[in-house]
Amino acid sequence: MTDKRTENLATRRDVLASAGSLVGGGLVSGLGLATISVAHAQAQSTPAAMALAIHKIAGEATVKPGKVKLDMPPLSENGNSVSLTVTVDSPMTPANHVKAIHVVTEKNPQPYVISVRLGPRAGQANISTRMRLSDTQIVVAIAELSDGSFWSDTRTVIVTLGACLEELI
Amino acid sequence: MARALINVPAKAKRGEVITIKTLISHVMESGFRHNQIGVRIPRDIITSFTCTYNGEEIFQADLHPAITANPFIAFTTIATESGTIAFTWRGDNGFSAAESVNITVE
Repeated sequence: MTDKRTENLATRRDVLASAGSLVGGGLVSGLGLATISVAHAQAQSTPAAMALAIHKIAGEATVKPGKVKLDMPPLSENGNSVSLTVTVDSPMTPANHVKAIHVVTEKNPQPYVISVRLGPRAGQANISTRMRLSDTQIVVAIAELSDGSFWSDTRTVIVTLGACLEELI
Repeated sequence: MARALINVPAKAKRGEVITIKTLISHVMESGFRHNQIGVRIPRDIITSFTCTYNGEEIFQADLHPAITANPFIAFTTIATESGTIAFTWRGDNGFSAAESVNITVE
């Protein structure tokens, strides 16, 4: 958790610095502008942001399709709750097991959905949860194996009514 | 204290793969929504979930705002020995909740 906070702070600082330099001398107005641009950056994720998120997860390793099965309904009426199940084809032995499973999306405000760490004690690499989808988009599940390889599966989910956008009543 | 629902079989055979299902009541306010006067509602989510089996960590998850309100997480583990399976949720604004269940392994 602490790591994530520092990470967030770092990005915010980066944006602050860049926005500040754009504005030039006006420090106070620079701060104001930076806050707005951060808000905008967070409110719209892009395929590029997802690619960056995948790069952060996998590093230099290539993410190959296969081994992973992401199970999601192809059409969802309500983006506020979409069930998903990730199953990875792995014997889950100490020598050959799934170390982590990550789920990322393309158009949600942030690409990250969930990151799970498991080990040979799991017996099976099989997790389920429920996620929010802001729009019709692709969802990618990535599995990190104990041998350092990364595998993925992609699903397109059509969302009739997206999450995040409704106003509070 | 947030209400948590946990589904773990009370009895299992040694070496059997059991499914653990957890659900906890939490708003999971994403931090991207605005109220009626246009003010952004601050983020309030559960950020991490941990499961330990007799003190040994067997499962850990980092949650993000894209997880639904009342987060549901299901996973599997091998029933190795009788004992306690403990669950901890941590989140924004100092949120912390813990639950534990006993399992008998034959």
